[in-house]
Amino acid sequence: MAKGRQYFGDGLAYLNPSDLKGKLIVIEGTDGVGRSTHIELLQEWLEVQGYGVITTGWTRSSLMSKTIESAKQGNILDHWSLSLLYATDFADRLEHQIIPALRSGFIVLADRYIYTAFARDTVRSGEPTWIRDVFGFALVPDLVCYLRIDADTLALRVLESNGMDYWESGMDLRLGADLYDSFKKYQTLMIEEFDKMAEEFKFEVVDARKSLEEIQEFLRSKIQPMLKDGRNRGLARVPVPVGTPAPTEGS
Amino acid sequence: MTPSTPPLRTFGQPHAFPGKLIIVEGIDGSGKSTQLLLLQKWLESRGHNVFFTEWNSSDLVKETTKKGKKSKSLTPTTFSLLHATDFASRLYHSILPPLKAGMIVLADRYAYTAFARDAVRGVSRAWVRKLYNFAVQPDLAFYFKVPIDTAIARLLGGTRGQFKYYEAGMDMGISQDVTESFKVFQSRILSEYDKIVDEYGLTVMDATREIEEQQDEMRTVVTKALEHYKPKRGGYGKRTAVFWRRFGLSKPE
Repeated sequence: MAKGRQYFGDGLAYLNPSDLKGKLIVIEGTDGVGRSTHIELLQEWLEVQGYGVITTGWTRSSLMSKTIESAKQGNILDHWSLSLLYATDFADRLEHQIIPALRSGFIVLADRYIYTAFARDTVRSGEPTWIRDVFGFALVPDLVCYLRIDADTLALRVLESNGMDYWESGMDLRLGADLYDSFKKYQTLMIEEFDKMAEEFKFEVVDARKSLEEIQEFLRSKIQPMLKDGRNRGLARVPVPVGTPAPTEGS
Repeated sequence: MTPSTPPLRTFGQPHAFPGKLIIVEGIDGSGKSTQLLLLQKWLESRGHNVFFTEWNSSDLVKETTKKGKKSKSLTPTTFSLLHATDFASRLYHSILPPLKAGMIVLADRYAYTAFARDAVRGVSRAWVRKLYNFAVQPDLAFYFKVPIDTAIARLLGGTRGQFKYYEAGMDMGISQDVTESFKVFQSRILSEYDKIVDEYGLTVMDATREIEEQQDEMRTVVTKALEHYKPKRGGYGKRTAVFWRRFGLSKPE
């Protein structure tokens, strides 16, 4: 039998994680790879099967989302404050959303996780120890799927959708003369960091240039075996509402 | 020091900036802020450029802390992280620039405050120490040691009149009575400080003594620490000297 859930490093000293029976599934990948679309599809797929699902996303805590927004508008230049703001947001969501959901046997779909913070801080500071220590209180996830893309394709996709954003272009790092150059250099560095982590933390890597259906298929094939295993360990099953069509895909 | 004593912990290497960082620690009512203020006036009267900074004061997280405190949704970990964010922001904006410019920076509370408070609130001691690993090692760190009853008497007798909710640890459900809660909570902090003093080698001040006595001792220690300090002057000092020379006077001290 597995040891049960664990903390990444120095955990929450006041909370024993071993009885958190739900599943924590992380989708990582840079902006513009389609994470949120896939999470929506996964949520629907899981809910139709009767599982209790919550989603949680980077900087979405009620405590911090406004603070982070206003900080990004203005004057934070140091990587410590920025990373600590992310860590505070993450801690708030961990303690108020993720842990309660896991305790009740829910499946938690996390749109980005600590690895995003690791990549961003390491690109800025050049050393990974501190940021990993800071996030020591995070729970080790059951599965990390990484939607990998190259910087060229990513640049095109981002330009086609929302355009390039100051922070996603790493403009605070002054890597390039303009937004495009900076974006390319920054995202290349980020992808390098993610690639290193993919090996170290055993991510399930999928090429984000594949079709939406292919990627979704891949994600489901990785999640499916965990559910079988989880049934014996008390994943919450929510009764399917009357009138919901029977699941047709992903059986 | 006996050979068996473990080496003192630091935040990485001592800094190589031309300025000096002097910090004070102690519980509320220990008199540390009064002593630091007196030290600041004294240093300024001696012609030093002094920069003052205090705990939990950056605009960035002030609002959020207030919001979290109001809704009582802060956990020991988010509480700790918010203070670390505040500290990081102040380190970057208020502490490092004057240190690099060669000024004397006086800090009312430093990372040790977090080590003591956060441990009492229940976060891992190892974790909170790692959290502050980016901090600069102070050149001089004073700890104002005071018995809990003396601190309470000072706070109740002073202008403050009452204890603040979080300072009294009221969120921890120790007691409904604010004074009782303060006493228990701050006593726990005192025992954390005792460990930190040994761990980091803080300079302990007997904070039960008269204000003047303490200040004299503080100045002696500071004078020694500033022995090799070469103050850098901005243009202002020179110009005042020129100004006074016009009247046939030397610059007043």
